[in-house]
Amino acid sequence: MDLACTPEEEEFRARLRQWLAEVLPSLPPKPSPDDWPGRRAYDLGWQRMLYDAGYAGLHWPADAGGRGVTPTQHLIFLEETEKAGAPYVGANFVGLLHAGPTIAAEGTPEQRARWLPPVLRGEEVWCQGFSEPDAGSDLAALRTRAWRDGDDYVVSGSKIWTSHAEVADWCELLVRTDARAPKHRGISWLAMPMDAPGITVRPLRTLAGSTEFAEVFLDEVRVPVANRVGAENDGWRVTMVTLSFERGTAFVGEVVACRRVLGELAREARKNGRWDDPALRRRLGRLNAEFRALWRLTQWNVSESELTGGVPGTGGSVFKLRYSHVRQELYDAAAEVLGPEALDLSREWTLDRLSSLSYTIAAGTSQIQRNIVAERILGLPKGR
Amino acid sequence: MDFQLSEDQRALRTGVRELLAGRFGRERLRAAVDAQGADRPPGLDRALWRELGEAGLFSLRLPEADGGVGLGLPEAVLVFEEAGRALLPGPLVATHLAAGEIPGAATGETVVAAVDGTLVEWLDEADVVRGDVTGAVALRSADPLTPLHRVPRAAPTDPVAAVLTAAEQLGSAARTCELAVQHARTREQFGRPIGAFQAVKHLCAEMLVRVEVARGAVYAAAVTADPLDIAAAGLLADEAAERGAHDCLQVHGGMGFTWESDVHLHLKRAWVRARRGQSAADAEEALAQDLLSPAGR
Ligand SMILES: Cc1cc2nc3c(=O)[nH]c(=O)nc-3n(C[C@H](O)[C@H](O)[C@H](O)COP(=O)(O)OP(=O)(O)OC[C@H]3O[C@@H](n4cnc5c(N)ncnc54)[C@H](O)[C@@H]3O)c2cc1C
Repeated sequence: MDLACTPEEEEFRARLRQWLAEVLPSLPPKPSPDDWPGRRAYDLGWQRMLYDAGYAGLHWPADAGGRGVTPTQHLIFLEETEKAGAPYVGANFVGLLHAGPTIAAEGTPEQRARWLPPVLRGEEVWCQGFSEPDAGSDLAALRTRAWRDGDDYVVSGSKIWTSHAEVADWCELLVRTDARAPKHRGISWLAMPMDAPGITVRPLRTLAGSTEFAEVFLDEVRVPVANRVGAENDGWRVTMVTLSFERGTAFVGEVVACRRVLGELAREARKNGRWDDPALRRRLGRLNAEFRALWRLTQWNVSESELTGGVPGTGGSVFKLRYSHVRQELYDAAAEVLGPEALDLSREWTLDRLSSLSYTIAAGTSQIQRNIVAERILGLPKGR
Repeated sequence: MDFQLSEDQRALRTGVRELLAGRFGRERLRAAVDAQGADRPPGLDRALWRELGEAGLFSLRLPEADGGVGLGLPEAVLVFEEAGRALLPGPLVATHLAAGEIPGAATGETVVAAVDGTLVEWLDEADVVRGDVTGAVALRSADPLTPLHRVPRAAPTDPVAAVLTAAEQLGSAARTCELAVQHARTREQFGRPIGAFQAVKHLCAEMLVRVEVARGAVYAAAVTADPLDIAAAGLLADEAAERGAHDCLQVHGGMGFTWESDVHLHLKRAWVRARRGQSAADAEEALAQDLLSPAGR
């Protein structure tokens, strides 16, 4: 049991730091949140820089074009890039963290060759078309239909909450290919080109006022059968392969960022006098304990995946439950620090407070995470 | 980075768990509880104490040259976690800290108590007491297995004692989570196990989350021995133990409110341990000040 990094890990960190110090000053200015083409260009540009420097797809297996680094090195990468203020993964999220790894694990050699390199090089953006109006937590109830017509599937239905749909080139799409099979067994995974005829994207405004996600309507969209990853009707398993295994690094950057914000909150409170309130100080001190512990739990999970090759998704559920809750508490504390200015949308923390409300919903609600922890880790009976 | 238990550490944990199951299992625990009466405070089992000494519980961190086991704080934390699980009574932390300093402490011949804050546990049973106990007044202790005295002059607290206490809290929290889950799987109401109801299920899930978050903090504090890591570990382990026992009680229904159930023993001991060391307010204050220091960023 140790927290020290090996000499190789420290060398990896030192080289990365040096590279970041060299390249970050040359980054173009950040585009505004509603400038989607600008955001796409910015995020892809950053991915290209990572690629050129050999930092793209660090956590991907080498035979998928990745670097195959250890989980600890991946942790160091995420920690250092966040600390240096480098761009977030942004529009590359689904490609790098979900669709890409799914194709790497389940795709044919042709599929891997077609789709993986452009993700690593920062040339193509993916979005995730899983949720539907009537299939959220109960994702397997999805109804978007696909039927065969020659070498194509013809797809009709609608998706919702699709992040980055407006700027995506591809959508990892879950469709129902067998309406009579039990709900988990009639689903297939397709890579749908977002410029295909029949697709309508309607941006949805979030409570924070921006358009982070969209509705996607599909009206007889033709998707080549060759774009199916995995066997027909095996899409649920194909999806879960990636969803259910991670290396403990999912929230590294975010926890680092939260700890930085917490320090900023303390300094702001000192400046505006609220620091004199011991109740506020105690609240911030408690949050410091929480984020320190979450950082330790991250190191624990990463070390575990170093030993076992991965952390079961259930371990991720434990982490996400606490993290999403504490992150919301962080921004509630920020509001207390800001006082009346907490109602001013030009304060970054006010917008961040609004954004943090999605954390207990997106990627599996807290209620669903508790079901997972209780049923799959603790072995309590299913039921409601 | 290798922040996981080594094979030796796993073996140590298993060994201590088996030792305690054999020498201080549930029957012995209940016998100890029942042996004390309204005006008869609990006695300390000297034979068991010596056996704990022989097993190395007190001499664990002493160098081998001094007759110790030569292990470190992480190993001690694993051992005290097991002690917390088993609700092992006695001034374990004080005697462990006295090993190598007070003759006989390492082997379990000498029972050592210590003032912690304004409380002393096991004063009357101790052979040696560290700290100033003039004016000590006996309390009617809420915990049937921890006799308590109050003293007028507070003693400073030892950081290692705080880590070991946090480890005991962690063990207790993990145990109450297990007890709750066991009960939720077997107790039936409305024709099904109560663990099938989400209201119960989600209580259990949150218990586990608190245990795992506290575990990361406690093990890290054992590795770094950093005062702020220790402060954080104490806060999270106290919370996991106190709320864990409370929720475990709720899951047990009326049975949880009985003397016969073990749940109250965990809750009361967790309350006693939470009083040791730095107060929550002081820990939070220290962690708040850390945010302003350049190193805390
Ligand atoms: C910011 C954001 C981005 C997103 N991006 C994407 C994306 O890119 N692609 C995509 O496919 N999806 C995306 N989603 C969708 C997200 O995965 C769903 O919102 C989520 O799974 C919940 O589904 P729902 O919204 O239909 O809520 P519902 O499932 O209707 O849940 C409503 C409430 O009921 C509770 N509930 C439901 N079932 C149970 C149960 N069995 N037990 C207890 N409580 C239950 C939930 O916890 C919740 O509180 C995004 C969501 C957000 C907020």
